[in-house]
Amino acid sequence: MSEANASATRITPGNALRPEDIALLETGPDDAVAQYALWLGDDALILAQRLGWWISRAPELEEDVALGNIALDQIGHARSFLTYAGRAWDKTEDDLAYFRREPEFRSVHLVEQPNGDFARTIARQFVVALYQWELYSRLVDSSDPTLAAIAAKAVKEVDYHRDHSIQWVLRLAQGTEESRRRMIAGLRVTWPYVEELFTDQPLNDELGDAGVRPSSLRPSFDAAVGIVLDEAELDVPEVPGAIGGGRQGRHSEHLGYILAELQVLAREYPGASW
Amino acid sequence: MTTTAIDAGSRVDEDTAGEQLFNELIAQDSRIEPRDWMPADYRKALTRQISQHAHSEIIGMQPEANWITRAPSLKRKAVLMAKVQDEAGHGLYLYSAAETLGTPRDKMTEDLIAGKARYSSIFNYPVLTWADIGAIGWLVDGAAICNQVPLCRASYGPYGRAMVRVCKEESFHQRQGFEILLELANGTPEQRAMAQDAVNRWYAPSLMMFGPPDEDSPNSQKSMEWKIKRFSNDELRSRFVGMIAEQVKALGLELPDKEIRYNEETGRWEHGPLDWNEFKEVLAGRGPCNAQRMERRREAHEDGAWVREAAAAYAEKQALKYAQAA
Repeated sequence: MSEANASATRITPGNALRPEDIALLETGPDDAVAQYALWLGDDALILAQRLGWWISRAPELEEDVALGNIALDQIGHARSFLTYAGRAWDKTEDDLAYFRREPEFRSVHLVEQPNGDFARTIARQFVVALYQWELYSRLVDSSDPTLAAIAAKAVKEVDYHRDHSIQWVLRLAQGTEESRRRMIAGLRVTWPYVEELFTDQPLNDELGDAGVRPSSLRPSFDAAVGIVLDEAELDVPEVPGAIGGGRQGRHSEHLGYILAELQVLAREYPGASW
Repeated sequence: MTTTAIDAGSRVDEDTAGEQLFNELIAQDSRIEPRDWMPADYRKALTRQISQHAHSEIIGMQPEANWITRAPSLKRKAVLMAKVQDEAGHGLYLYSAAETLGTPRDKMTEDLIAGKARYSSIFNYPVLTWADIGAIGWLVDGAAICNQVPLCRASYGPYGRAMVRVCKEESFHQRQGFEILLELANGTPEQRAMAQDAVNRWYAPSLMMFGPPDEDSPNSQKSMEWKIKRFSNDELRSRFVGMIAEQVKALGLELPDKEIRYNEETGRWEHGPLDWNEFKEVLAGRGPCNAQRMERRREAHEDGAWVREAAAAYAEKQALKYAQAA
């Protein structure tokens, strides 16, 4: 067993697991685990792509740093999950990020939603961070040691994302009349995409203890959301959930544009290394 | 309140003692700290220099952020995001250092947006290809390091200390830029051409980052007396030329200047003529991207106004709540 293999599989929370370590694993995941890693990797990648836009455009320099940091964490998670998924099919993280077509992506519609104004970005961040925190907190117990190791690193980072978004929900909800109006509007346009996060898929049956069943995260997510919105004196938006389909490759209209930008340079020079 | 003759007299005494101490500290190569007495011109010159430096970091985020969403690999994307984020951090330390001289950050931001304050002209050039990201790291950050390493010893404490951290991160950025170019130079013929084209475009503007030739740089003398600046524009430029003339060989690329040579007599590196008219044009606002950069900064600031107002209102309400609970 190689050093890298040993370090990646015996990893304990607190040790950094790098995508380079995962690429050196002797055995890759089976197809079901690899598909699952694509779900999580694509969510993180598309979210990072969206958040990256804010860098140099945020309302305050401190937020350029904060949103940049969150984007950077998400890119890190995406690299680990995609590298691991790629081990099943002899592909690299970049093969998967840059050379898949839109229907081959597995991201949920939520992360594809436009940034909108700062309140809308915060609403999306609030939902994603609370969801990812619940998810990774459970995934650390995955029967798949690599997924568990990636989650162990990610959960600590997502804990900060959670704190960041909660603080902003409170500030915007209770700041000025205008910020409250915008926060309510932001939550309202975001909420239709919450349901998809917690919808079980046939893949969950194949995963067994390697993955986390999305529906099982809903009660703790709702409880956490309830606490924050109570404090903010806001209601959970009463809007119908949108039909998703991201996990089957049926995406929002936004993803095509996101990928056009993400992939343009790599596809202009296929086979080049950077 | 009226100023009595006694007050005025004691202030004169304080000023005299303060100036004496200031001059001693400068002579000893020691540091001036925020609460120390300092000449009004020293304060003004430093505020101008540090705030310009901060503005350059903030405007400088834009050209590189332009490639974050299109970076050609996930690793490069992560590195670029981290770099642009570092620049926001540099802007923050520098604004803080300038604030210790008595000008609030809001005022400096207003001056920038109103077009009253300057930033480094180099950021008014467009970043057209991925290779530009490499060339900016290697040449622009490289020039910045040559300029900034001596500033770590600047006589004003907060500025010098901020520069120590800035320089550490900048030298990391320069190596990243060099590595991007190295990869391209060793890549496909198209990638190599992209790298050479970027070096061709960024060479002269990066040399002009050191400012006008010494004979046209009237502010430099005073700045050197005060030990803010340690070396002249031409001296720093010459060092930079020597550095890149060597490094370009490792890249296997060429600098677009056939007149680069080491002058044994003066001990300085020399380069071909630079188009100082273009420099002045860009400085005067006629660079390819001046309007675009300013518009983007103004837009971010104005679009974010309601967020800053909300944060301030919330903080006030929270403070009131704690005060009432106490």
